[in-house]
Amino acid sequence: MCLGIPGEVVEILVDRTDLAMVDVSGVKRAINIGLLDKDEVGPGDWILIHVGFALSKIDEEEAKAALEFLEGIGEAYEEEMQALLDSRIE
Amino acid sequence: MRFVDEFRDAAKARALAAQIAALCEPGRQYKFMEVCGGHTHTIYKHGLEDYLPETVTLVHGPGCPVCVMPMGRVDDAIHIAEQPDVILTTFGDMMRVPGGRGSFLDSNAAGTDIRMVYSPLDSLKIARQNPDKRVVFMAIGFETTAPSTAMTVLRAAAEKIENFSIFCNHVTIIPAIKAILNSPDLRLDGFIGPGHVSTVIGCRPYDFIAREYGKPLVCAGFEPLDILQSVYQLMIQLSEGRSEVENQYSRVVPWDGNPRALKVIGEVMELRPYFEWRGLGFISHSALKVRDAYAAFDAEKIFDLPGVRVADPKACQCGEVLKGVLKPWECKVFGTACTPETPIGTCMVSSEGACAAYYNFGRFSRDRVREATSIEITPAPVAGR
Repeated sequence: MCLGIPGEVVEILVDRTDLAMVDVSGVKRAINIGLLDKDEVGPGDWILIHVGFALSKIDEEEAKAALEFLEGIGEAYEEEMQALLDSRIE
Repeated sequence: MRFVDEFRDAAKARALAAQIAALCEPGRQYKFMEVCGGHTHTIYKHGLEDYLPETVTLVHGPGCPVCVMPMGRVDDAIHIAEQPDVILTTFGDMMRVPGGRGSFLDSNAAGTDIRMVYSPLDSLKIARQNPDKRVVFMAIGFETTAPSTAMTVLRAAAEKIENFSIFCNHVTIIPAIKAILNSPDLRLDGFIGPGHVSTVIGCRPYDFIAREYGKPLVCAGFEPLDILQSVYQLMIQLSEGRSEVENQYSRVVPWDGNPRALKVIGEVMELRPYFEWRGLGFISHSALKVRDAYAAFDAEKIFDLPGVRVADPKACQCGEVLKGVLKPWECKVFGTACTPETPIGTCMVSSEGACAAYYNFGRFSRDRVREATSIEITPAPVAGR
């Protein structure tokens, strides 16, 4: 549960500016960005996702390295990803 | 040496290990504690201890939030789930944690509705969809997770969702580190600081470790090279007689953390006078509770909890493992009576627990370590000296 999963912001929702559509390993999910400064996040930015919330902004290079690492750790990451994919936050 | 091939940068890892070895003073033992379950996972997964000189030991601390939950809190959660019209939700890792009356899975077999969720916001959604039910989110985690719970409470308040509450079990990392530093059982030379906790609290709260206790701390990332690099930085500090807080993971961890997240925690939660940790006992100001202003969302105020203290099973040595006094394989029931399938203690439940991580990945290095501990007189020759 302590894993942080990188994702790329696709768009900020117009009617809910605390939510962003985020591409996580090719799948789009709504992620809460309320813990980051609003001016700080926009489409194309990479974020570190933890339990449905963006915890910090990261650069693309770190995101790619982190993803590669996570894919390598196996079961714990697969379970976390599955949980994230099953989640539909509002 | 199967683990050597398991990550891309094994050559860099060996180079770092040689630099670490070169800094070892002859005859001196070095013990570093990593306080994050994610680090423990990486260390065992990649057999990092096998790269390090025999005189450098990594000790696993209380950084797995599931592992430090005492049995009494599990029983309290089951008590909530047994009340009429309750849906209890929590993270997947909690489902198999044994309490005095069994785990959440056992409880569900007996008729309760305890569901795992990915996010506290999923729990809020369940509350919206089930207005005739009382939905309680059992919140666990360090400062990494607490802001998400706090944001969810704020959302529930804004939407006036009256059938949602949280059973708050958030813990804070600093008092736990302090308890370990004050424990007479363990002599440590430094700390590998947690990664994601530090994205929220930043690096400043660790200052006292360097200043008052004279121990270096390096906040570390989760990749094998991050951890070895952090050990290297710790060794440099020791060899230069320094004790400072350094940030190896600055690509993710800002020195000042996430002020917005800290503000949200402070808005919704406050420190408890004390909280019981599995293995560490009662620690003052080491956990968070919901502020009175949000009492309507506080399951501890809504439900009458038994709050009974339940002793760990006699055979279980999670306490010693969590304090770093015992390595997982030194526990009497490790891998025999206690396995990930039928865990007796919490450290075997979560994938971030030291026992589960060791059980899943660590077997290949166990023989080596056993040999090393049985022949303890002669220091092993170290490359690069």
